[in-house]
Amino acid sequence: MNRSAAEVLLRLGDDYLINGQRLSEWCGHAPMLEEDIALTNIALDSFGAAQLIYTMLISEGIHKGSADDLAFARSEREYLNCQLAEQPNGDFAHTILRQFIFDAFAFHFLSNLKQMNEPIVRSVAAKLLKEKTYHLRHSGEWVVRLGDGTDESRSRTENAFKSLWRFVPELFVDDDIILAANKETNFPLYSTLKSEFQETIATIYGRAKLEIPMMKNSGRTTGRRGIHTEYLGHLLSEMQILRRSYPGAAW
Amino acid sequence: MYGNDIPTGSTQYNIPTMSDPPEMLKGFSEMIERGEKIESRDWMPARYRNQLIRMISQHAHSEIIGMLPEGNWITRAPSLKRKIALLAKVQDEAGHGLYLYSAAETLGISRDTMTEHLLTRQAKYSNIFNYPTLAWADMGIIGWLVDGAAIINQTINSKNSFGPYARALIRICREEAFHKKQGMEIVATLATGTLEQKAMVQDSLNRWWWPTLMMFGPPDSDSTNSKETLEWKIKIQSNDEMRQRFIDMTVEQAHAFGLSIPDEDLRFNETTRHWEIGKIDWEEFFSVINGDGPCNEERLNAKRKAWEEGSWVRKAAKAHADRHSQQQRETNHS
Amino acid sequence: MTAPTKNESTVLWEVFLQERSGSPHTHAGSIRAADAEMALQNARDVYARRGLPESVWVVRTTDITTSSATDRESFFEPVKDKTFRHTRDYVVPRDIERLER
Repeated sequence: MNRSAAEVLLRLGDDYLINGQRLSEWCGHAPMLEEDIALTNIALDSFGAAQLIYTMLISEGIHKGSADDLAFARSEREYLNCQLAEQPNGDFAHTILRQFIFDAFAFHFLSNLKQMNEPIVRSVAAKLLKEKTYHLRHSGEWVVRLGDGTDESRSRTENAFKSLWRFVPELFVDDDIILAANKETNFPLYSTLKSEFQETIATIYGRAKLEIPMMKNSGRTTGRRGIHTEYLGHLLSEMQILRRSYPGAAW
Repeated sequence: MYGNDIPTGSTQYNIPTMSDPPEMLKGFSEMIERGEKIESRDWMPARYRNQLIRMISQHAHSEIIGMLPEGNWITRAPSLKRKIALLAKVQDEAGHGLYLYSAAETLGISRDTMTEHLLTRQAKYSNIFNYPTLAWADMGIIGWLVDGAAIINQTINSKNSFGPYARALIRICREEAFHKKQGMEIVATLATGTLEQKAMVQDSLNRWWWPTLMMFGPPDSDSTNSKETLEWKIKIQSNDEMRQRFIDMTVEQAHAFGLSIPDEDLRFNETTRHWEIGKIDWEEFFSVINGDGPCNEERLNAKRKAWEEGSWVRKAAKAHADRHSQQQRETNHS
Repeated sequence: MTAPTKNESTVLWEVFLQERSGSPHTHAGSIRAADAEMALQNARDVYARRGLPESVWVVRTTDITTSSATDRESFFEPVKDKTFRHTRDYVVPRDIERLER
């Protein structure tokens, strides 16, 4: 497998891993039982996706070791998830908005992988797209209900937006890795996904009676280079603790 | 499952009991004797309705509270497979709670009311969840012992006479199978792992063994269950019978794992072919169930916090729904 | 059907699943949700985690009209005697019946 393509896929795998980890913190604490089940469903799909991507990269000879080694044994600088994914859960509005933004991005990214040269990537993408379609429906419908709900829910959604929207530009910056992957294996450039993403956001925001946000053109890509916010370190400490406390043990 | 260890006798679901008309009572008892299921539409004695509401709702509460001790280890699960299995298990527990609340609602009590009863301590839940999960090994031990005990209880109780509860239990039993098995896999992995892992799992067994035995409820000799609960097939088998079944199976499994049961008085009786245990500390049991356990406060605080912090979310969903159905009605009439 | 309603923030919905293509939708249980879209999603998450059902229906509990226990006698008992809807009530010479394909 092409190295640049592999790195782009690792980014996606890490997005899913960290997204899953954040969602699993809700288990048992959601606003109603049905939502405990729904959020856990997305968390399960996310860990499953990470596992699938990591396993594929290993079988293609890009990484050594196991999917668990990729998930649990890397240092913070080696994780390539977007900064959005590692943001803390906050209240339900915060979690749902973070999820919605990620789902919209991932949905369009996965949809555009149909044009890729590598069949194994196309088949993984097709499977993940089915799940992501459902996740997007869930998070989008919640944004509508929170935006067009009560004054309190609207205000919380607006606060969540103010705090999370600054992590959006990173998702659409074309750096040298994606440029190479695009040239060599036909990966879609992140920037080409912007207008479809914007449309998805606008449709839901319209129904939610929220002001439709403008996309900033600039953005640094940092999470994609392993430079994260202060949150990731804590998240990884918790996630990796058993492996680090009992080196070499099997679980 | 989680109903045997909750002492009966509280009256918070007291529906005014007029005396049961004898011919209705006779018809009702005959239906049960014939092995027919009572459905929510059928006439039933108030005592039957009361008992079932209490039993089903407390079972539901137990599933919900039961998510918390295991939920405690999801973010620290040490492999993707373990993380996924644990998440799926806890998700199932939420689902089981939901099936049970749904069965209880057919008897005329609402979900919000049942939640209120739980949070104000009017309703109880199974004692086992008032104990803390202090090590990863607890995930294995809980799956093996606690789900193991639940499976015995639920399989037997799925023959109970109330249709919605019986059907919910059948669904639950089908889903529960992997819960126990993934726990046993964890125990097997740790028991044959490093010395530290082996010590971890033995310590975990030492902490969970006696509380699990108490899950089956007080001894038959102390039980307040009336003849009626057996006749009406609310209860199918006695506490001691189910506990003994569990002991016989589990002691042998423990030995096969290379683990020891924390009971100096454990003996195999060659005549009866049963494992005999030492004395269960029923004082501990009653003190925990009355609020003095290690985690009673934490469990309810967690649920209360989730409920209160989620209030604005539920209100938003309702406001949206009301506004749009209003708009729908206006569109229909225009 | 009646749904318990004390100050409920949600509506009670009954869930029906079609397990396989061609089979009827059967009752699986109930869930609570504020509206139909959330009810549909919740029903899928709660009742369709295992297996691949073809379809899910959700219906407000209060929209369901059911027969009652007292109806049983007048609704269903008389049907037992109506054997004219069963083949055993009719006789055709055996060698002709055998020609049925």
